[in-house]
Amino acid sequence: MTHPSGGYVIATVHNPCTDSVILDHWHPLVPVADVSLGEVRTTTLLGVQVSYTSDGAERVRVWRSRDTTEQPLPTRVDYLYLWVSLGSPPDSIFEIPEFSEPDRRNVHAGTIGVHVSAPRAVENFLDMGHFPYVHTDVLGAEPHTEVAEYDVHIDPETNEIWATDCVFYQPRAATTSTEGQMSDYLYRVPHPFCVILYKTSPLHDERMDVIGLFCRSVGPDHIEAHMFLSLLDPDNSEPIIRKFQQSIFGQDKPILENQYPKLLPLDPRAETPIRADKVAIAYRRWLSDLGVTYGVIPERAA
Amino acid sequence: MITLYDYELSANCYKQRLMMSLLDVAYESTPIDFFPGLEHKGDDFKKINPMGHIPVIDDAGYVLWDAHAILVYLAAKFDPSGRWYPTSDPELLGETASWMLFAEGTTNTASAARLHVNLGYDFDIEACRTGAHHLFRLLDEHLWFREREGKDWVCSSDHPTIADIAIFPDVVLSEEGGVSRLDYPALRRWTDRVKALPGFIVMPGIFPLGTS
Repeated sequence: MTHPSGGYVIATVHNPCTDSVILDHWHPLVPVADVSLGEVRTTTLLGVQVSYTSDGAERVRVWRSRDTTEQPLPTRVDYLYLWVSLGSPPDSIFEIPEFSEPDRRNVHAGTIGVHVSAPRAVENFLDMGHFPYVHTDVLGAEPHTEVAEYDVHIDPETNEIWATDCVFYQPRAATTSTEGQMSDYLYRVPHPFCVILYKTSPLHDERMDVIGLFCRSVGPDHIEAHMFLSLLDPDNSEPIIRKFQQSIFGQDKPILENQYPKLLPLDPRAETPIRADKVAIAYRRWLSDLGVTYGVIPERAA
Repeated sequence: MITLYDYELSANCYKQRLMMSLLDVAYESTPIDFFPGLEHKGDDFKKINPMGHIPVIDDAGYVLWDAHAILVYLAAKFDPSGRWYPTSDPELLGETASWMLFAEGTTNTASAARLHVNLGYDFDIEACRTGAHHLFRLLDEHLWFREREGKDWVCSSDHPTIADIAIFPDVVLSEEGGVSRLDYPALRRWTDRVKALPGFIVMPGIFPLGTS
């Protein structure tokens, strides 16, 4: 078995997305490292086959594969990824100021296909309650299972969700850990299908490691999840850092794939929340308010 | 000490970790950036294994690749009971070899489907899934008849062999490749028996007994 030089080819056929809110967003297509000079590769974004290549001098081109005129789609390169829009995207993308700090390690930890909707993956990422059970002895451990009260707000300027003052006991919070710690967490949802967490660096009291999950929706219930890291870790090699992150995500994958329904229900009565789900409730309401219909079961109009 | 050139999410690497845990063999894992780095295809790694694949072990300078070959070596060297790789029983040894070849089939179908879905390998996914179901059906029937004879394992012995270890991860991770085990009850009972073995360990995607 040989690998076709890293090209992602997903055979599943999905109907093209018609959700204009989602179409107008930037979407993380592939890591820029996977765009090679002169070689055309094809993948799927929101049910649409797209082709991408680099014409040199950092000129990246993306077009709908069926479009014989190869009309270029809007693109940008940020945070190690090639972002593409199938609609009319905004001029900017959400900020990650840590990315430019000189002592940061910015690492693409991997892209993993998951048979789940992007909102389900984002919501799972926001959930501290699963740590002791799914990431036993790494991100959590019994009996430290309680999710303490935390705050959730929406930043009025950026319309991003923030969950703050999250604290959780973690036996092995990062590759740099030597012992268990009470980790301080901040969660941030800056994009319907992207989520970022900030967590206490085992090496610095005042600074935080940044871990992002950037989902490309292949179809409504199928994603390619890009794992982005901006870490304060001068010592561990990239393979060690990637291994840690891939192991964690590998533990989440079967949980995600067994969630039912695969699309995230936005009706507040659809699933029974508990206190730990505060940010999840905010996320569902926020998606509803944005008018997102892709990857979700929309709230029925009253 | 043995060095295992390892990738956490690889079923074939996990076979070695599991075997060494069951045999209580100490080893060191050297992570290979299989994905996305494709380190196993790089020139440096090809000096270790010119075939460019993992797992590979280095046992004090003796280097061996191919997942199922490594299982043979580990069992032959580190199992004083001689049960995991039963060289003293020609019939059982033949059966073990036969089911090891079956494991090549599950690797090339069920595990290939998983590589396609997880990491974007360019395989014919429908052919992989159809092939996996064909093999799972055969194995399910085989295990069902074994159970009728009061036997728990793939071979006709009263104990597991390396064939069980070679097949187990491809089966138990199959849902990740979109191959459901719903229709194979004997297969599911057998995976639970493997999970109950003393020294059993998990990997991402494989849960301990009683929680899956």
